[in-house]
Amino acid sequence: MIAINNLHKSFGDLEVLKGIDLNVEKGQAVVVIGPSGSGKTTFLRCLNILETPTAGTVAIDGHMADFSKPLPKKQIMEFRKQSAMVFQHYNLFPHMTALENVMEGPVTVQKIDRAEARAKAEELLTKVGLKEKMNEYPFQLSGGQQQRVGIARALALEPKVMLFDEPTSALDPELVGEVLQVMKELALEGMTMVVVTHEMRFAKGVADEVLFMDAGRIVERGTPQEIFDYPKEERTKQFLNLIQNADTI
Amino acid sequence: MTKFHRNGLAKMYLNSIFTNPERLERLLDIAQSSFLPLLEGAIQYTIPLTLISFTIGLILATLTALARISTVKFFQIIARIYVSIIRGTPLLVQLSILFYGLPTVGITLEPFTAAIFGFSLNVGAYASEVIRAAILSIPKGQWEAANTIGMSYSQALKRIILPQASRVSIPPLSNTFISLVKDTSLASFILVTEMFRRAQEIAAFNYEFLLLYSQAGLLYWIFCFLLSLVQGRLENRFDRYVSKA
Ligand SMILES: Nc1ncnc2c1ncn2[C@@H]1O[C@H](COP(=O)(O)OP(=O)(O)OP(=O)(O)O)[C@@H](O)[C@H]1O
Ligand SMILES: [Mg+2]
Repeated sequence: MIAINNLHKSFGDLEVLKGIDLNVEKGQAVVVIGPSGSGKTTFLRCLNILETPTAGTVAIDGHMADFSKPLPKKQIMEFRKQSAMVFQHYNLFPHMTALENVMEGPVTVQKIDRAEARAKAEELLTKVGLKEKMNEYPFQLSGGQQQRVGIARALALEPKVMLFDEPTSALDPELVGEVLQVMKELALEGMTMVVVTHEMRFAKGVADEVLFMDAGRIVERGTPQEIFDYPKEERTKQFLNLIQNADTI
Repeated sequence: MTKFHRNGLAKMYLNSIFTNPERLERLLDIAQSSFLPLLEGAIQYTIPLTLISFTIGLILATLTALARISTVKFFQIIARIYVSIIRGTPLLVQLSILFYGLPTVGITLEPFTAAIFGFSLNVGAYASEVIRAAILSIPKGQWEAANTIGMSYSQALKRIILPQASRVSIPPLSNTFISLVKDTSLASFILVTEMFRRAQEIAAFNYEFLLLYSQAGLLYWIFCFLLSLVQGRLENRFDRYVSKA
């Protein structure tokens, strides 16, 4: 489903991604962990071309983007349709209700008939448990509810791949569960997803593969068990120690 | 004139109104009979001039703002030069060039047309800075969210960015609008018979300058007061999606 080859990204002189290779099968959930500044967000953003990689290729469901040369706008738009991003800070449209947020893509981008888009948006919001909140504006919703709207908005475009960038890290602890639950259901339904998160329980319970990223490279990869219980690389061990200690302080 | 003399004159004027019933009656008569001509000037010219110039100006301002934030150097430069010239020269000079100057090179504009050009260009330049700041104040995440659901630049602008930017720009744009209402009085200088020119014409005839200019001033004030009420309502409407906390 996703085939990434030698992906590079620099900001000026700063090389943030130093050659990422990754294959993700259809229906797999991949969790990416790693220290702050290691390039996790940049990596996800490159898959949606919110950031333009400096070199390498990415193919999603057969749509290929080769970043060694500038891409025409048309191709970027087409490529973007393959995936959708859920942001750490939700980034909902504040001037639209939950329902309008979810309808916006189908109506404006896909030119789907309003009534049809509305029915679909209602269905999606019901699915993420927000049937009662459809007509509220984002400021009237809790963080967890906003993030679930964010997920519904991304799903409305029927992407082949969902990208999550620390979707729960801005949430109060008691709201994390409701968002992870929605994500878990998605994974069970067979959605292909790449998730940057430090939620160990989610990674252990849902991920097919865990990647440990450090300094712009994938340092170690494996099943959740391999990474969390039997890490091989020294850097992975150090990092896991750090986040596990943080939990117990 | 000494201070004493000026005070003395003012006293005489007021005294004459209150002690001389005929004088008072004459003033009331003039005030009454000039009310309709003044209002007519407002309805025929002041108000249309304001509305048309503001509409054209806003479109011009939005385009200029977009040119300023575009990545194309050429657009940026054109927009900068335009804003710099308009902001750096007096409106009265601009109007004079349009109306009295252009005929020299074979371009003759009607007074009203010249005024529309002048005021639109003016609003376009001033409001472009407001709109540019408003667009830049929208968080980058909004553009990204629009992009990730597949929107093009123009779709993101139209559906996501400008609606939010308009909320931010209502107070400063209201200022621009209210200034414009008052600035239209400068069109009197290029022979547009708007409200202030009517006042001048009537006063030239009966010499009641204080009365007629005050009357015109009062009407401008009433218009601007009504506009500030509209501004308040607009702000409330746009604020429905932001937390009141
Ligand atoms: N737009 C940008 N311009 C310049 N440098 C950037 C930009 N975006 C990210 N960086 C830099 O790239 C590096 C990787 O950032 P990135 O956000 O991908 O890390 P991360 O792994 O997501 O970190 P965190 O866990 O803190 O979210 C950092 O050093 C960051 O400062
Ligand atoms: Mg990050």
